[in-house]
Amino acid sequence: MSTLDPILLFFLLGVAAGLLRSELRLPSSVYELVSMLLLLAIGLKGGIELAQQPFGQLLPQILAAVVMGAALTLVAFPVLFYAGRFKRADAASIAAHYGSVSVATYAVAVAWFGSRGIEFEAHMPLLLAVLEIPAILVGILLARGFSREVRLGAVAHDVFLGKGIVLIVGGLLIGWAAGPEGVASIKPLFFDLFKGILALFLLEMGLITATQIGGLRRYGLFLVAFGIGMPLFSAVVGTAVGMMLGLSLGGVAMLATLAASCSYIAVPAAMRISVPDANPALSLAASLGVTFPFNVLVGIPLYHALAVRAHALFRA
Amino acid sequence: MSFPVRKLLTIVTEAAIESLLVRDLERLGAQGYTVSEARGKGSRGVRNADWDATRNVRIEVVCDAPTADRIAAHLQARYYDDYGMILFVSDITVLRAEKF
Repeated sequence: MSTLDPILLFFLLGVAAGLLRSELRLPSSVYELVSMLLLLAIGLKGGIELAQQPFGQLLPQILAAVVMGAALTLVAFPVLFYAGRFKRADAASIAAHYGSVSVATYAVAVAWFGSRGIEFEAHMPLLLAVLEIPAILVGILLARGFSREVRLGAVAHDVFLGKGIVLIVGGLLIGWAAGPEGVASIKPLFFDLFKGILALFLLEMGLITATQIGGLRRYGLFLVAFGIGMPLFSAVVGTAVGMMLGLSLGGVAMLATLAASCSYIAVPAAMRISVPDANPALSLAASLGVTFPFNVLVGIPLYHALAVRAHALFRA
Repeated sequence: MSFPVRKLLTIVTEAAIESLLVRDLERLGAQGYTVSEARGKGSRGVRNADWDATRNVRIEVVCDAPTADRIAAHLQARYYDDYGMILFVSDITVLRAEKF
């Protein structure tokens, strides 16, 4: 399979159209609907599979995901603060983006794995939802510290009830409660159309990415280097965690992809409210201008190859 | 006949902080407010409302002069440094003064 997946061609079309200043744009309510469908589909799919396995076994994995999300943020922060010489608030905010996850990257990985028949643990959407959270809280603490008054209650409310988490967890619960037979009736919309919806979504992502590339020119090489270096490092961490948890090959590759991915919805919204002095243009330029395209175009196959290596090395 | 005069406060700012703002407005004595989605360009560049991070809102509040002063002072102190925000006040006539 040397040809590029068509969904990635949609992404590239969006980037090209954006860079050429085409009039093309998805109406914002369509974009919202498309992202809702993706989040629900991801949740539903995981929920159906969860119905078939005991919940207790997942607890260590959930804990590992929480620790990993927090740890990646804590590693990224000093790199940005000392080596990158960013302001404290900016370093903390960018670090939180990289400790959290991107649903879009996950969805592309699902499509990539699917077209190659690579199996992975069905409860990955649960880890996806869990991984969104710790980085946000760590990021806010890094920026504000414990000393100053941080309205953690309000922050937690916004974080746990953010759009992404409500839809993924809601989808998980519906899929879990309804089971495979129950969900069969809504399958055409959520599962059969998944790649088509993803293609539309990626078209818009391409347009958004194009607007961020301009910002990169202003913020320089360090951000570009960080935007590629950090996901590579995170993927190695994700691979190691996946191996320790005893995940399948596909599961290790997926966890590496999740670790490498970088938020651009939940974290920017939380940071804008809780760390207002952080410049959102910086983190979005890195996250969307560099890391997202890198991950979907180059990263996912790379992280899969990494997982194959790790499995061959340690499971032989 | 003469109509009672009130202040119309118009705030254009980032959609990200809408929930914080309306909480503040109510606390500072606004009897109500109207929120609409907005797009445009200002000192912080184009805000084209393509997706969450580039979305703006326009919040309008009709209130008496002291409340308008209070809100304006609070917003300026609390939000002007960190957020894209403009705020302007105009005199308007209303029909039912007791509502505002």
